[in-house]
Amino acid sequence: MTEAHCLPRARLQALFDRLGERGFRCIGPQVRDGAIVYDDLSDASALPVGIGTHQAPGRYRLEHYAHARCFAWSNGPQALKPLLFAPEEPLWQVTRGADGRVTFASIERPAQRRAVIGVRACDLAALTLHDAHFLGAAADPGYAARRAELFIVAVDCSHPADTCFCASTGDGPAVTGGADLTLTELDAGFLVRGLTDAGRSLMDALPLLPASSDDLRLAKAEIEHAATSQRRQLPGRNLRDVLFANLDHPRWDDVAERCLACGNCVAVCPTCFCYTEREDAALDGSHSTHLRLWDTCYSAEHSYLHGRLLRANTRTRYRQWLTHKLGGWHDQYGRSGCVGCGRCIAWCPTGIDITAEAAALCKPPAAETDT
Amino acid sequence: MQAARRGDGHVSAAAEPRQAEVIERVHETRDLFTLRLRLTEPAARAAYRFAPGQFNMLYLPGIGGVPISIASDPDDPTTLDHTIRAVGRVTRVLAGLGHGDRLGLRGPYGRGWPLAAAEGHDLVVLTGGLGCAPVVAAIDYAVARRERFGRLAILQGVKHAADLLWRPRYDAWAALPDTEVRLAADEPDRHWPDHVGLVTDLLGEVRFDPGATFALLCGPEPMMLAGARRLIALGVPDTHIWLSLERGFQCGVGHCGHCQLGPWFVCRDGPVFRFADIRWLLGTPGF
Repeated sequence: MTEAHCLPRARLQALFDRLGERGFRCIGPQVRDGAIVYDDLSDASALPVGIGTHQAPGRYRLEHYAHARCFAWSNGPQALKPLLFAPEEPLWQVTRGADGRVTFASIERPAQRRAVIGVRACDLAALTLHDAHFLGAAADPGYAARRAELFIVAVDCSHPADTCFCASTGDGPAVTGGADLTLTELDAGFLVRGLTDAGRSLMDALPLLPASSDDLRLAKAEIEHAATSQRRQLPGRNLRDVLFANLDHPRWDDVAERCLACGNCVAVCPTCFCYTEREDAALDGSHSTHLRLWDTCYSAEHSYLHGRLLRANTRTRYRQWLTHKLGGWHDQYGRSGCVGCGRCIAWCPTGIDITAEAAALCKPPAAETDT
Repeated sequence: MQAARRGDGHVSAAAEPRQAEVIERVHETRDLFTLRLRLTEPAARAAYRFAPGQFNMLYLPGIGGVPISIASDPDDPTTLDHTIRAVGRVTRVLAGLGHGDRLGLRGPYGRGWPLAAAEGHDLVVLTGGLGCAPVVAAIDYAVARRERFGRLAILQGVKHAADLLWRPRYDAWAALPDTEVRLAADEPDRHWPDHVGLVTDLLGEVRFDPGATFALLCGPEPMMLAGARRLIALGVPDTHIWLSLERGFQCGVGHCGHCQLGPWFVCRDGPVFRFADIRWLLGTPGF
């Protein structure tokens, strides 16, 4: 990591301009439909200036402040996941000739140089996990094509939401890697650090000033406060054994009473990777596109096995989700699949809190009523 | 982990299928049929290899795909048998295919039977219902290399006598030296000449050296669990008992998530597992 330099707030547009000159399509956070979303953004003034968020179980609201900061909010429903693991993606096309022959065509995947600005540490941790999943022995061509040309400008998280617990999972709030360039926002501007050659090269092209010791001290204090102010936490970094040892815990029945099995938690989770394959077929049967779409382990179809369902009720579906997220991931990819972003808490219509459920499940059933 | 056999076939996420043609459709029983397939591109056909226990994804344009184990001789990978029960949306259409019809095929996928590690041991093959299909390639493999294995015991159970597949094959195997074949039906018909009852009952009636045996199990999970417990009771170590599992495979490469069994992607880490590894979770409802 390079020494931090200061980009004055008034010069933030230079970051977008230099990326644009290098052929990157810039994607950044912006307010839309009452939430912060990531989409095309080439104008720094379109960032969420003066916006904060209030998040709680089952609640997400934007708040407006008089300050000039543009990253003083915690994550919205999505960030990197849909940009790399597309919600809907064609896998191949097939035509059937009049003679019955079938011809397959692979999907063209032109390289896209994209730069995402404002990525948080939790989503960088999730990106590392998706890289492990989709770029392993059988690399996913669509994911790989989008990942290869991705430039990431991360930002340290100074305003975690009430639902955040990245400090407890060890994934935030400070950015420690996984990006090309990282920013720390202060009132007067941004501390900038290059993490890769590409990031350092971009830094050289920005109108930077030396960072003062006051700037560095302020930045450090803000990040420390962002960590210590988090009130939620998981009861440990590795809950695999305790969860799999408690598959008959009465808490699974309790949470099943509150869970709607809607799959919102899966949709907003930055590490959930399940997808289902579908056909988009022409009515005359002459051609078809084979697609994949995001799937959820809360649906009946997810556990379909020739004529029956392995998981016919909400209890076993919630248990599948949680034992995978906090358990199976350790075997699959060497760590928990939870990065502490808290999205599943905020976007759950009934406010189910993964940290509360995990805590209850880690206690002996007899003691559960004490919580 | 013991040596796992993998095919050399082309395995890539989201790789489009290759065209295959139906050489023959064999009617097996009232609801089972076999599609004998051949890849149509000579280069793809020449490059294709599979290990016993692996599976292919068969694909019908506009309809979808389904995982089917390869039930033919691994020493002739140019002809690929797929024995199928017509039970779902895709398999019902597959049932209507005949000679010359074209479809898509991708694979092979998964980890097959540990046949290299099993050399020098007795083999017990315990199957139920259509579970005989994923092991028939392993039996062919062992029969073609008969001198590398000890005694061979093949036990197959069916619910109804009319469900029995491949009696001529069982008869041929039964005629081999040091080979025993025992068949069982829960519901016999008037002509059923074999055991009436559970196939697991027969484990005590065939000869094998429990301390020097590899057991290959495939069938309904309750039957495999009962069989594995019986084998352990007879003295076979749980590290030498291997089971072929089935889950909702869609991608075949451990990406789509449907086939997860606790920490495992069954399509990629299996479908063949060592009982010692999975016995703590297998049989738990919901997994």
